[in-house]
Amino acid sequence: MLDHIGVEGIDQLFDEIPKELRVDSLPGVPAGMSEMEVARMATARGASDGRPLNFIGAGAYEHHIPAPVWALTTRGEIYSSYTPYQAEASQGTLQIMYEFQSMIAGLTAMEISNASLYDGASALAEACLMAVRANRRSKSTRILVPCTVNPTWRRVAGVITEGQGLVLEELPYCTEHGTTVPEALARYTGEDITALVIQQPNFFGQLEDVDALSRWARANGALIIAAVNPVALALLVPPGEWGDVGADIACGEAQPFGVPLSSGGPYVGFMATRSEHVRQMPGRIVGRTVDLEGKPGFTLTLQAREQHIRRGKATSNICTNQGLLMTAATIHLALLGPVGLERVASACVARTRELVTALCAVPGVRAAFAGPRFHEAVLLLERPVAPVLEALAAEGIIGGHDLARDYPELGPALLVCATETRTSADIAAYAGTLARLLGRAAAA
Amino acid sequence: MSQIPGDLRYTKSHEWLRSLPDGGVEIGISDHAQSALGDLVFVEVPEAGRILSAGDACAVVESVKAASDVYSPVGGEVLAGNDLLKTQPELVNQDPYGQGWIMRLRPTGDAGGANLLDATAYAAEVAAAG
Repeated sequence: MLDHIGVEGIDQLFDEIPKELRVDSLPGVPAGMSEMEVARMATARGASDGRPLNFIGAGAYEHHIPAPVWALTTRGEIYSSYTPYQAEASQGTLQIMYEFQSMIAGLTAMEISNASLYDGASALAEACLMAVRANRRSKSTRILVPCTVNPTWRRVAGVITEGQGLVLEELPYCTEHGTTVPEALARYTGEDITALVIQQPNFFGQLEDVDALSRWARANGALIIAAVNPVALALLVPPGEWGDVGADIACGEAQPFGVPLSSGGPYVGFMATRSEHVRQMPGRIVGRTVDLEGKPGFTLTLQAREQHIRRGKATSNICTNQGLLMTAATIHLALLGPVGLERVASACVARTRELVTALCAVPGVRAAFAGPRFHEAVLLLERPVAPVLEALAAEGIIGGHDLARDYPELGPALLVCATETRTSADIAAYAGTLARLLGRAAAA
Repeated sequence: MSQIPGDLRYTKSHEWLRSLPDGGVEIGISDHAQSALGDLVFVEVPEAGRILSAGDACAVVESVKAASDVYSPVGGEVLAGNDLLKTQPELVNQDPYGQGWIMRLRPTGDAGGANLLDATAYAAEVAAAG
């Protein structure tokens, strides 16, 4: 083949890349392995996870995935790792994307959704960049991000946006309710703020006063970026109805729909907006139309600002992405339907209430915050969390997320979660084990 | 053959500039440019009050297949964007030198724009580009 294309060696194909940008070794990257070796390693690593009883959420949530979801998603007709370009996309694939968009638009009560993004964290980053493009009255590129927003998402958004000059400024939270206090915004009143991020429910699982926060943003010329758990939207007021006129951008993580935890990924992000901002929205959009004979069909639309056309001036460098997981999410939601989703969400609330009650009955454990919550809660212990989590893990229980790194001001604090997958027996097992471990530690 | 009115000045990037009696200038894209882009579906015009330097991207014209920047031929303050284009982007195709204007600008300093071309020079430019 080298002869055929007229080059002497394979190295010549890389001549375009300047020498100083090339690496001749990849430290830490092992040599290639055969399929058999890879399968053996992956099986061993998978088995080492065990089958623990899981009470950790913190941005990724264990839900029951009905068997048809992956049986259908992995069918050859639709099995693809990514969102194809128009020329490669079948009508069936396009229709699934269109259905996904319709479901996200319906859940968020926004006008337009795209066909997915990489994950919730990068969706938030994209939303910040989009807000800068969409808010043409604002020159500051300052975006207010409450400390109650998922800390990982904040870090990812910071890394992705800092090169473009965005300034993400933190807002403090109320230590009684674990929510952003509208008064914290007072010092920004009258300043040029591009956008305000509001996560609902927030990272602590608490419900923010989205109406008050949205009204402040609107009154001060800031766009509203809603970061939402789509499962919770079955019960909560959707972003499209926040405040008086709704949020400008809604984004989040669709992993709770049909995507297993898989040690952290891959997951699938989503984003929806108002019609007026559609040209600033990154990613693919599928539209429904009619062909020359008047028959309904689906097509990619509004692509002119994507990178395969607009290159360096594209609205985003995102292009093909989570087609596979988007398909699973769409099938999962279609199976659940609105009533099924509401039942899942309600079960999450009930299980978490039961979990908090059971754990707070253990001596040395209390809830950190008052007020309404969805399916997570912060608990305060009287001793460092890490050794407690280690002892629980040794007994097959993943007890929650240690908040020491991101919220040291809370003291020993543990973020716990119970979805519909946790039974009363699971919760009793956790509470019993925790009581025994803490009792032993107290006696020692 | 595209129209190139003799009373306007042009840029190599296919914008035109018309001097207005009040000292302002009107800016749009040439007939050649609109024809090359094809049917426009969206035009993003700048907002009044924006300060531009010569060569700044000031507007985006979007066809079904591409979105292209429009560059301001001279520096100045935007007096108005053509809001009509928000709902009728096709005006740029139908009447590029009239109703399809994109923005009006109050130039800072010399509005002469040393790099601007007259109609003859622009016609030669277009012809050379083939």
